[in-house]
Amino acid sequence: MTALQTPPDTAAAPTRSTAPARNSLGDKISRYLYIRPKMRVTGLLLLPMLWLGVLYIGSLALLFITAFWTTDSFTSKVIPAFTLENFTEILTQPAYQATALRTIGIALSVTMLCAALALPLGLYMAKVASPKMRAVLAIGITLPLWAGYLVKVFSWRITFSTGGPLDWLLAPFGATGPGYGTAALVATLAYLWFPYMAVPVYSAFRQIPDNLFDASADLGAKSWATVRTVAIPLLKPAFIAGSIFTFSLSLGDYIAAQFVGGKTQVIGTVIASNINLNPPLAAAFGIVPIIVVVIYLFLARKTGALKAL
Amino acid sequence: MPATATSLKLPVQAESSRTTPAISLQQVGKSFGDFHAVKGLDLDIRTGEFFSLLGPSGSGKTTVLRMIAGFELPTSGRIELGGLDVTNAAPFERDVNTVFQDYALFPHLTVAQNVEYGLKLRKLPKAERARRVAEALEMIQLPQVARRLPSQLSGGQRQRIALARALVLRPQVLLLDEPLGALDKQLREQMQIELKAIQRDVGITFVFVTHDQEEALTLSDRVAVFNEGKIDQVGSPSDLYERPATRFVASFLGNTNLIEGALAQELTGSPALVSLRPEHIVVRPLESVQDSGTSAVTAVIEEIVYTGPTTRYMARTDHGTQLIVQEQNGASSAAAARGTRVRLEWPSRYNYTV
Repeated sequence: MTALQTPPDTAAAPTRSTAPARNSLGDKISRYLYIRPKMRVTGLLLLPMLWLGVLYIGSLALLFITAFWTTDSFTSKVIPAFTLENFTEILTQPAYQATALRTIGIALSVTMLCAALALPLGLYMAKVASPKMRAVLAIGITLPLWAGYLVKVFSWRITFSTGGPLDWLLAPFGATGPGYGTAALVATLAYLWFPYMAVPVYSAFRQIPDNLFDASADLGAKSWATVRTVAIPLLKPAFIAGSIFTFSLSLGDYIAAQFVGGKTQVIGTVIASNINLNPPLAAAFGIVPIIVVVIYLFLARKTGALKAL
Repeated sequence: MPATATSLKLPVQAESSRTTPAISLQQVGKSFGDFHAVKGLDLDIRTGEFFSLLGPSGSGKTTVLRMIAGFELPTSGRIELGGLDVTNAAPFERDVNTVFQDYALFPHLTVAQNVEYGLKLRKLPKAERARRVAEALEMIQLPQVARRLPSQLSGGQRQRIALARALVLRPQVLLLDEPLGALDKQLREQMQIELKAIQRDVGITFVFVTHDQEEALTLSDRVAVFNEGKIDQVGSPSDLYERPATRFVASFLGNTNLIEGALAQELTGSPALVSLRPEHIVVRPLESVQDSGTSAVTAVIEEIVYTGPTTRYMARTDHGTQLIVQEQNGASSAAAARGTRVRLEWPSRYNYTV
């Protein structure tokens, strides 16, 4: 700013690099904003806030409002009103209760399965594998994220089909695959969301110094004791961060359930089948996973694991 | 662990158990691919001694320590702890504990839980554990930090907690991997005194890895000097300093003048390498009378460095050999000037042929 006060007299100070006169519109705007920090922050956040506020929060609010409306039972036409009927139905009808609990159970199973697989894999990648092997595995883990969702689900549908690859593989052992149903759904969802668990667990494993494992062995811990008393406690934040993804994504999924779930109904499939028939009921049921995820996040926050994010 | 170790040892070597070394390495070798970190090493460490493995980085001393602890398995040879073969035993099967270079305290456990860790794995009753943790923290004079996390401690405090965590298990042998390396000079000297006192009190064999020759000489009963995967010499600090076995030992421990060729011939009658410590030499005027039983050379003072307690002279003899002289500053100082010709004189018994 001080440079602007000195006249642009090149002859006076030929060796000093004086700033050239800057008076374009851009310079003026920059100068105007430079001394007004609040305006700058507003400019920075205006677009993302509009996006988030109007499109995201706005649509959620609409969903919430719709949940209190009702429909004409003959025409399925939505009637704006205020009624708690939809919520009463969800909370009292055993079918809805069972579906909600089943979905939470599936989401928890998927999360546990992902965690159980991520622990040994993370240990191998972070502490045993050569750098080359590590790179190969890192690509392998994230591979599911690259393919289209529908393609992946469809490939699992083929895998679990009657007389399909899994049945064929298990035939020599006198067994058959589980077929379409809850088990197939858990396996498919665990495959889909595994990267979200494996990546944080692996990177947290890499941050644990090797000598902590030496120290625990030195103090008398066998391998499993070391995993239980050193690795798992130190990986807890990573497990929780990963579980937020695996849990909430499983809770909201309905395509996988439709493809490999057989007769298994989850919250997503119930919402999908009601979305044209009874939108207010679908909206009310849609609030259930949101509340469950909020509770889950609240519990996760209490463990202190989110401070690291 | 100690009980089983003794009962297993007794039938075999009942009489000789007193003389059984705490640690015995027999032809131990370790290779990492093409790199031979340790080559055919033989070493006995006596029970109850403070033993240092001294050498520059990459000389194999840490690898030897890690093989004694069980973190690395030797490629060849045999390792015995108290007469028991542990060559391929896992770390948790060995009655040794380690103090790690950067302490390796568990960051998610409090100080008390860190110290308790090994006791818990040994399934000791809770009251016993609490008593021994309190004792251990008392020993290192830090009972007040029991409930803090390691991240809330200073470097010196962490170092002591690591010591307490290892000693609380009362191992036969305590291994220390450059435990004072991360501390500043003053704290390091204080910890050296404390370590020595603790070792005397608990009477456990200490094996101490360091690259700091002064530290090794100060602390140890005996020292092994490592050079490129082999041991050049094992001996007491004064053995090593006054009677170095190799050129490497002579030059690695403190400053020394290594004299060979014509000047060596003149001094000892043999051209073999002579080691002469700078502090044994005095600077005297040319015209003074040479004392009997001394060796002397004439030299020109090239440089004078005043270090506080001592003055160091760099002098060049008529043979062209540079000699370093270190004199205590005091009444008898020669106060020679740069460029003057002087006589360098020392008792002939300090002409030590390596």
